[in-house]
Amino acid sequence: MKALRDSDRAGFIPYLTAGDPSIEWTEEYIRILAEAGADVVEIGVPFSDPVADGPVNQRSSERALRNGVTLRAVLDLVARVRSGGCVIPIVLFTYYNPLLRTGVATFARRASHAGADGALVLDLPVEEADAYRAAMRESRLDTVFLAAPTSTPERLQAIDQRSTAFVYYVSRLGVTGMRDQLPVSLGVEIRRLRSHVSNPIAVGFGISTADQAAAVAVDADAVVMGSVLVRFIEEYDPAEAGRRIGELAQETVRKLKQARRPRAQEAV
Amino acid sequence: MSGRVEGRFGEFGGSYVPETLMAPLAELTLMYGRIRNDAGFQEEVRGRLREYAGRPTPLTYARRLSATLGGVRIYLKREDLAHTGAHKINNTIGQALLAMRMGKRRLIAETGAGQHGVATATAAACLGMECAVYMGERDMERQALNVFRMKLLGAEVIPVGSGSRTLKDAINAAMRDWVGRVDTTHYVLGSVLGPHPYPTMVRDFQRVIGEEARGQILAAEGRMPEAVIACVGGGSNAIGIFSGFLDDARVAMTGVEAGGEGIDSGRHAARFAPGWGSPGVLHGTYTYLLQDDDGQIRETHSVSAGLDYPAVGPEHADLFARGRVRYVSVTDDEAIEAFQMLSRTEGIIPALESAHAIAYACKRAPAMPSGSVVIVNVSGRGDKDVETMRGAVQSSKCKVPGAEAEIVGGA
Repeated sequence: MKALRDSDRAGFIPYLTAGDPSIEWTEEYIRILAEAGADVVEIGVPFSDPVADGPVNQRSSERALRNGVTLRAVLDLVARVRSGGCVIPIVLFTYYNPLLRTGVATFARRASHAGADGALVLDLPVEEADAYRAAMRESRLDTVFLAAPTSTPERLQAIDQRSTAFVYYVSRLGVTGMRDQLPVSLGVEIRRLRSHVSNPIAVGFGISTADQAAAVAVDADAVVMGSVLVRFIEEYDPAEAGRRIGELAQETVRKLKQARRPRAQEAV
Repeated sequence: MSGRVEGRFGEFGGSYVPETLMAPLAELTLMYGRIRNDAGFQEEVRGRLREYAGRPTPLTYARRLSATLGGVRIYLKREDLAHTGAHKINNTIGQALLAMRMGKRRLIAETGAGQHGVATATAAACLGMECAVYMGERDMERQALNVFRMKLLGAEVIPVGSGSRTLKDAINAAMRDWVGRVDTTHYVLGSVLGPHPYPTMVRDFQRVIGEEARGQILAAEGRMPEAVIACVGGGSNAIGIFSGFLDDARVAMTGVEAGGEGIDSGRHAARFAPGWGSPGVLHGTYTYLLQDDDGQIRETHSVSAGLDYPAVGPEHADLFARGRVRYVSVTDDEAIEAFQMLSRTEGIIPALESAHAIAYACKRAPAMPSGSVVIVNVSGRGDKDVETMRGAVQSSKCKVPGAEAEIVGGA
């Protein structure tokens, strides 16, 4: 995931829940996103109690669970993507309990073997993450931690030290999901973050248009887009959803190229 | 920052929440640490509980029930007589006063049976605060009376239609609300669950049950009881009463979980039943859970909405691991029979949750030596369950006359 730091444009990180509407379609969507120029994909591991997610991702998780998709199936999916020749970096986006149930060391070995690049565990704050980080390091996987507008400078430093690919900044308080408007102070907040964080900064939670992505990219190193893509899957048949996911991804990448260069280099 | 978050009970507990909640939890921990040792605050809570919530609640000697069961002397700790009809008010008054000190004027809560929602709405009304209560749609159907009570008290009741539409989904929804509005809102978690500091804080606010019961049994019997029995959903009424006796190794303590349609049926909420529960993380805490091999949380079942929850307070997990408290379960049918039995022998209509504790006492008593003293925590009153009971009686799930004989026989 070095590209996030070195690229001359901000990175684009789309999110999808694995297994919604099916494992096969998720595999296809990952290929579409890679071809559209996405830099990393975040693949959600369905969980019965997704406390950090808004309604769109909750419903997506429920659909995937009804398809019987859990951690094992997600890792099989990653392996299939890799055996199909697709090399886009994959970060697993998950809650802690499925990892804990599998065992963090077993999880890390299997994820690495499948070809995943890293993970973000939504409900695992840095204080509780020692065993998990050791296991991930052992399997040469990246760890991404969340940073929030409420994180103190001390916490930001701890989050930065424990993140190995990028830091995922939650653009506003609340759960995942689309917003009509992003906070006006977002640029200021990202610059505040920059003074404590040496990792690339990805910004997510609420970005749903290519223009919003471009606006965020003025300050951020990467933008995450999730619920809007998941919404396509909910509203359209799988093929049409794939077409729309591809279109929005292409448009977003194009607008990110046109956006003013992120300030990452000068600050770092 | 490398050390783990405090708030561990043995290996259980901790704080497993999204980063967004870490700062509000740290603030809450700091403020709670201050008021915990603040005599003025503690006196304010005690005063409200005395003058508003009707504490202390009595310890009632259950004469006719004891006679029915042989030589055991059964005492009932009457949390059903606390204002709003359950022990929940002890915690909501405390947390609402804490929220006031933190400058937060909006309270949110989750509720299963509705008792905690009513108690939060009551504390909010009493202190002039705003209140929203999240409740699973399925629970709203079976506890319609409490939904209306919350609305009468000026609270907004927000239906939760996701997942199993019960207590666990209401907690998910309340946590989501809190994440988005932490600057104005305090989340009044209703049991000894969730991330630190909740399991400790709620335990401390419920400790009053055990402190009172200890003094009352000493006054009545001049000695400690042989056994203390309480039902365990999240486990706040149980921790409350147990905490008065934990230091006395000779007092046997039993937590009664919801056995639903029987452990073998798989339709229950018995987290400590052998072969069923295992440690994991749900709602911010590491504790015993009902989960499948993939770490997905299982759906639970109980006739009692307040016990219908897949996790349990982390302190209970530790008490279980250390063998200090024994955990057992009774079925829906046994609880329904005990509900009727207490109603007819003592003129006390218990909550269906509390009826689980009564049912276990009835099963256990005949095997205990004559003269043994047992305290059962009647955590709430059963008015809210009258509809459910009418349905159960009509579907002839329980035999209306002669239920005593069934139970005495050790059903």
